[in-house]
Amino acid sequence: MTAPAIELKGISKSFGAVQANKDIALRVMPGTIHGIIGENGAGKSTLMSILYGFYTADSGEIFIRGEKTDVADSQTAIRSGIGMVFQHFKLVQNFTVLENIVLGAEEGALLKTSLGKARTLLRQLSDDYELHVDPDALIEDLGVGMQQRVEILKALYRRADILILDEPTGVLTPSEADHLFRILQGLKGEGKTVILITHKLREIMDVTDTVSVMRRGEMAATVKTSNTSPEKLAELMVGRAVLLRVDKAPADPGGTVLEVENLRVVDGAGVERLRGVSLHVRRGEILGIAGVAGNGQSELLEVLGGMREGRGKVMLNGVPLDLSGKKSDARTRRKRGIGHVPEDRQREGLIMDFHVWENVGFGYQDDPRYNRGLLMNNDALRDDARAKIDKFDVRPPDCWQTARNFSGGNQQKIVIARELERKPDLLLVGQPTRGVDIGAIEFIHEQIVALRDEGKAILLVSVELDEIMSLSDRIAVMFDGRIMGERLPAKTSERELGLLMAGITDTDMAHPVAEVEANLAKTAETRG
Amino acid sequence: MNVIDIVQILDSTIRLATPLLLACLAGLFSERSGVFDIGLEGKMLVAAFFSAAVAAATGSVWLGLLAGIAASMVFALIHGIASITFRGDQLISGVAINFLAAGMTVLIAQDWFQQGSRTPALTGSARFSPIDLPLADMLSGVPILGPLYADALSGHTILVYVGLLAVPATWWILFRTRFGLRLRAVGENPAAVDTAGVSVTGLRYAAVMICGLLCGLAGAYLATGLAAGFTKDMTAGRGFIALAALIFAKWRPWYALFASLLFGFLQAVSNRYSTLDLGIVEIPNAFVLALPYILTVVILAGFVGRAIPPRAGGEPYVKER
Repeated sequence: MTAPAIELKGISKSFGAVQANKDIALRVMPGTIHGIIGENGAGKSTLMSILYGFYTADSGEIFIRGEKTDVADSQTAIRSGIGMVFQHFKLVQNFTVLENIVLGAEEGALLKTSLGKARTLLRQLSDDYELHVDPDALIEDLGVGMQQRVEILKALYRRADILILDEPTGVLTPSEADHLFRILQGLKGEGKTVILITHKLREIMDVTDTVSVMRRGEMAATVKTSNTSPEKLAELMVGRAVLLRVDKAPADPGGTVLEVENLRVVDGAGVERLRGVSLHVRRGEILGIAGVAGNGQSELLEVLGGMREGRGKVMLNGVPLDLSGKKSDARTRRKRGIGHVPEDRQREGLIMDFHVWENVGFGYQDDPRYNRGLLMNNDALRDDARAKIDKFDVRPPDCWQTARNFSGGNQQKIVIARELERKPDLLLVGQPTRGVDIGAIEFIHEQIVALRDEGKAILLVSVELDEIMSLSDRIAVMFDGRIMGERLPAKTSERELGLLMAGITDTDMAHPVAEVEANLAKTAETRG
Repeated sequence: MNVIDIVQILDSTIRLATPLLLACLAGLFSERSGVFDIGLEGKMLVAAFFSAAVAAATGSVWLGLLAGIAASMVFALIHGIASITFRGDQLISGVAINFLAAGMTVLIAQDWFQQGSRTPALTGSARFSPIDLPLADMLSGVPILGPLYADALSGHTILVYVGLLAVPATWWILFRTRFGLRLRAVGENPAAVDTAGVSVTGLRYAAVMICGLLCGLAGAYLATGLAAGFTKDMTAGRGFIALAALIFAKWRPWYALFASLLFGFLQAVSNRYSTLDLGIVEIPNAFVLALPYILTVVILAGFVGRAIPPRAGGEPYVKER
C-alpha cells in the first residue's frame, strides 16, 4: 500500500482562548483530490496553514509521503513539495507575474538568469495546464482569476506535487471556477495531490474523490465522495448539536415593517454578492436567514445596517431607505429605528480597548440623555451601563472593565443590551450566539423573543441551523446571493433546508431528486 | 552672475547635496523594506560625533570613518530591534533615536574634550582632503565644460564620490539582484515573502543595517569632510530634508540623486545670497531654504505625479492573529 501523501495526527492549535483545531487526524492519498469542507471558523484554513508551515501547531505530528516532517516554516513545506494557494493571495501588487513567481525561489544572486529560466519554465507550465498568463503583466492590472493562476503557477514553479487551495472559488465567476476545476483535474492526471478547502457542497460533489468534514475545530468525518450526498455532508457540517428549546408562543405578526425588493450589492472586487434579494419582515415576527456562510447574508445585514451601499428598493414602515446616498449611513439607520447586532462583535460591535460604559453608548452618542451641552454626560452613560449590566447579567458586573476583558458571551450581551434596550422597530441580528457559551445562548434567545413579543420586527442571520429552526417564525434560505426559498419551521426539516443551503432546488436535475422527495414526504408524514 | 559664480554655486551644491544623498539612499533601503526611518538625523549625528572624536584622538580620518559607521549601525540596530523584533511604533522609535543622539553627542563631547560640546578642530590626516579627478588640470582651460569639471565636479573628498557611486550601486542592487527583489517585496507585501519561505525579519534587519551604514557615511562626511570637527546639532535637520528628498524621489535611486542635488542647490543659493533678485520680485533666502519642504508638500499632494510609498511601510509584520 502506498503511503499517504499527507498524514496528520493529533494536530491542535489555539489562538488565545479560541481553539481553532482540536486533535485533528487526516489522511490524504496521493493522486487524489481531497476536499475539506466546513463552515467558516471550523478550522479548515488554520489546519492547512499549519501544514504549510505558516502557523505552528501547538501539538501533533505531520507525515509527508510517510516521512515524519517538522514543518517549522514555509521553506520546509515548499522543500517537501507542498504548495498553497491562500484565500487572500500573497502576491506583490506592483511586481510582474514573473517576479512574483520567482520571488523566494531565485536561482543565483542575480535576477537576470533566474528570470530567464523562469520565463521558459512558465511557458511550458502554461501550455501543460492551460494556465495562460502574460509573464510581464503587473499583478495589480490582473483580475482575481488571473491572480489565482499566478498563485498556482508559483506553486508549480516550486515543483509542488501536493497543492492546497483555500476557498479558491470564493472570488471567481462560475466559468472561471469551471476552468479552475479542469486545471485541478489535469494536475490530478499528472499524479499530483490536490487538497481543496471549501464550504460549497456542490464543488465537493463535483471534483473531489474523498472529503473530510470539519466542525468547530474538530474533524467530524472523512468519507468517499461517491459514498455520500450533499444532504449527508450538510448534516455533518451543521452538526447534530443539542437542539436548544426556545420557549415561545406562536407569532402574532402585524403590519409589514421591512420590505426589500430586488436588492443588489456588488463588493469591492466587483463580485455581485446579492443578486436581487426580496423579502419582508412583519411586526412581531422573526425572519431567519439560513445559509452556509459567505452566500450573501453578511452583505444583506450590512446594507440594511448602513455599512455598505446597494441598489434596489427597501421600505421601512412604508418609507424608502436611502441605499447609496448621503443618508445611507448607519447613524441615519439607527435614527430611523433600525438596531443592528453585527456579525463580528469584536470588529464591528465593540471597541475592545474601551470601557463597557463607553461601549454602551456607541451609535447613540447623540442621545440627549448622554449629553450635557457640548460635553458628554459620562455619569448618565455609566448609570445606563450599570442598569444594562444588571438587567442582562453581564459578568463581571463592572462598567469600568474594557470590553477585551469579557468572555465572548458577555461581550455579546453588552452589544445585545445596547441594541435591544432601544426597542428598535427593526432589529438586525447577525450570528447572535457565535462563540457564546450555552447559558448565554439561552439568555440571548429569550431576549430576542421578548423583543418580538413587544411587536418588533426581527431579521436574524445565523449559520447555525439549530438556531434558525428554533428561533424563527419564518425561514428564508440564501445561496449565492439569492433567496432559494421560504419555509415555515414547523413544515420543513434540516434536510430540506440543507439542500436549499447547498443551492439545490427540486428543479435541479444534478442529484437524485426523486429519492430526496420521497424522504421529505416520509418526514412530513411522521410529523403529521 | 558670471561663470565663476555659477561654478562656485555648483561646487557647493555637490558639497551640500552629498550628506542629503547618502542619507536619502539610507532611508530608501530602510523604507523599501517597510521600515520607516525618521531617525536618519540621529544616526547622522552620532556618526558625525564619533567619526570626529576618533579622528581627533587618533589622527586618522579612516579610523574616524569606521567609528562613525559603527556608531550609526548600533543606532540602526536599536531601531531594528524596536520596530522589527518588538514590533514597536517605527515613528516613536525614530524620534527616540533622534533625541538620544542629540543629547548623547553633546554630553560625551563635553565630557571628553571640554570644549563647549564640540570636538577639537580636525587638521591634516584627521580630515578628508580633496582629491582631483583625472585630467582636471588639463581640461580646466576648455570653455564652460572645463571649469565645470575641474572646479565643480573635481576637488571633493572621497566620500562625495562614494555618494555619487552609491546611486547606480543602489539601483543595481534593488532592480538587478535577488536581494533587491526580496527587499522590494518585503516592503510591499511581507506575507508574500513569508509564504515564499523567505525570512521577513532577516530582510528587514539587512535593510536597516544598510541604512545605518549609509547614514554613517553621511555623518562622517559632515564632520570630517564638509566641516572640520563636530559641533552641537551639526546635522541641522539634514536627516529630515533627506526624508523629504526621499518622498520627492518617490523612493527611487536616480530620482534621489536629482532630489538631493536640487535641495543641495537650493541650500547653496540661499547660503550665497541673502535675497534673490529675480528682476521683478526679490525673494528672501528663508523662502529658498523652505522650498524643499514646499516642494515635498506639493509632491505629496499629488500635483506632480503620485508618490506611492511602499505599501507595507510603517507596519510591523504580524503573522499570527
